[in-house]
Amino acid sequence: MVTTTDYATQATLKPNVFRRMWTDGQLKMLLIFLPPALLVFTVFVILPMLQAGFFAPYKWSGYGPAPWVLNEDTGREFGRWVGSQNFERMWGHSAFQQAFENTLLVIAVSLLIQLPIALFLALLIYQNSRINTIFRLVFFLPYIMAEVATGLIFSFVLDGNYGLSKWFSDLMGYETAFFPLAEKPWAFYSILAVIVWKYFGFHMMIYIAGLQSISKELIEAARIDGATATQRAFFIQIPLLWPAITISIFYSVLGGLQVFDLVMPMTAGGPSNSSHTLVSYLYNFGFVRLNVGFGSAVGVFLFAVGVVFALVYRNTVQRGQ
Amino acid sequence: MYDWKDAGRISVLLFVSSLILIPLAATVLGGFKTSGELRVSPFGIPDQWHMEFYGEIFADANFWRYLWNSLLISLLTVFLTVFMGAMAAYAFAQVRFFGSEFLFSYMLLGLMFPFAAAIMPLFLTVRDLGLLDTPWGVVLPQVAFGLAFSIMFFRTFFSQMPEELFEAARVDGCGYIKFFFLFTLPLSTPILATIATFVFVQSWNNYLLPLIMLNDRAGYTWTLGAMDYRGEYTAEWNRTLAFVSATLAPAVVFFLAAQKYIVAGLTGGAVKG
Repeated sequence: MVTTTDYATQATLKPNVFRRMWTDGQLKMLLIFLPPALLVFTVFVILPMLQAGFFAPYKWSGYGPAPWVLNEDTGREFGRWVGSQNFERMWGHSAFQQAFENTLLVIAVSLLIQLPIALFLALLIYQNSRINTIFRLVFFLPYIMAEVATGLIFSFVLDGNYGLSKWFSDLMGYETAFFPLAEKPWAFYSILAVIVWKYFGFHMMIYIAGLQSISKELIEAARIDGATATQRAFFIQIPLLWPAITISIFYSVLGGLQVFDLVMPMTAGGPSNSSHTLVSYLYNFGFVRLNVGFGSAVGVFLFAVGVVFALVYRNTVQRGQ
Repeated sequence: MYDWKDAGRISVLLFVSSLILIPLAATVLGGFKTSGELRVSPFGIPDQWHMEFYGEIFADANFWRYLWNSLLISLLTVFLTVFMGAMAAYAFAQVRFFGSEFLFSYMLLGLMFPFAAAIMPLFLTVRDLGLLDTPWGVVLPQVAFGLAFSIMFFRTFFSQMPEELFEAARVDGCGYIKFFFLFTLPLSTPILATIATFVFVQSWNNYLLPLIMLNDRAGYTWTLGAMDYRGEYTAEWNRTLAFVSATLAPAVVFFLAAQKYIVAGLTGGAVKG
């Protein structure tokens, strides 16, 4: 990029920057190439997020252009200003507390169970051989399957009349079949298990890529010096893998915040709102009930959690990477 | 050559593989069983292979329409995300202008929060633009959220291209725009394919956006169709399993064909960070 950078620095020193960029064809290129992406991104990502902030203090059904606009027919505004009421209602709502707790649980399970499993399996199959390639493909398969398909498959597997849980009930000699997806703590535990099932392969692939970039000489030298496979893993490979691990932690947390597609086919948030995540809570209590202000308040909360995490994480753990 | 350590390793791997493959096999086989048999032997080989459940699905015009809608939405999303992302990334990589770092960071905001956070105003925006119940109502938000990711990858790739090439082309009178189409794009096929694959899979599997934007059954994607089918035949798991298997088949074939690019994408992300 030396050339173009030089152009730019030279240009800023001279008064006729734009003229130069114009004759150069740079300005024309910028004016054609940048606006489409900026426009679509602004209209469909940034503006809605800002709007969520503006809608959050209103009670509004979404009818009319905005809650603060005057409705000519009724002589009142379309929405009603309620201040911080939406946030207070959200905080006090037991279903929201449960949903928040569940979302934190997803993140905890991803970090403490899923990532170690992924790392362990990556260490087993990172070396290139035909059989390892096959295992990699199999382990990665759940990741590319749609969440909806996965959710439907597991609601069959966990259906007390049909699948695994019927088999289990028969084995234990239960009188009545056990329906994990309809029992209070088990419904969400099932979702957690399916999350691990579906996403460990993704993290495993990240680790495999990282492990393959570690120099073979280093590992070989350690082996000759008498380090066992476990020692090599803990003292050489895992420390050197740290950049890859920080990335997979980042994906786990941000991914954990948006779990939704799996919840709908498996439990749809039930029984009695015990298996909601933040997003399925937002969908149910904001979108389905056409409660734009309330849904926006939940959205603002979700946004704040995501951005605070991302900023803190980038400036601490991932600093200098 | 093989010792007990290898045996232990292989048995762990086989165990994990079975946890993945048995539910999938049960799904595919379940579509060949009657509801009654499914209750008795959920994971076994069917006694008698019933073709009618798969047959009914393949004969159902709705099924093919769902697939077509998903395909159309995914292809449009891929094309726009890749094309717009590449253009913007090229601008960022090729010229450092006043505010370019700011604009780049602005685009990367899209990587920092769950897109579902803005779903209510997004729905209203799409409604006010008159795009509800059209493919565009799903495509444009998907593109917008995919852009950050694609611009980040493209910029890294573009700024690693040899400058001599650009200089030589400049001397021969090739402008910025022409260079992009004649050299940059053709030379970026691997990264193009990688990003396209990821965007495609994400769009193909998406459920939340279609759920919100599409009400009319004629425009349903296959994920909506599958949930609908499940609702329609609650008591007959074999039908739902057949439906799910029928939709998984193209995904698996696509995956096997595109796995090289998927792996490349993950590697790129892991190495560069």
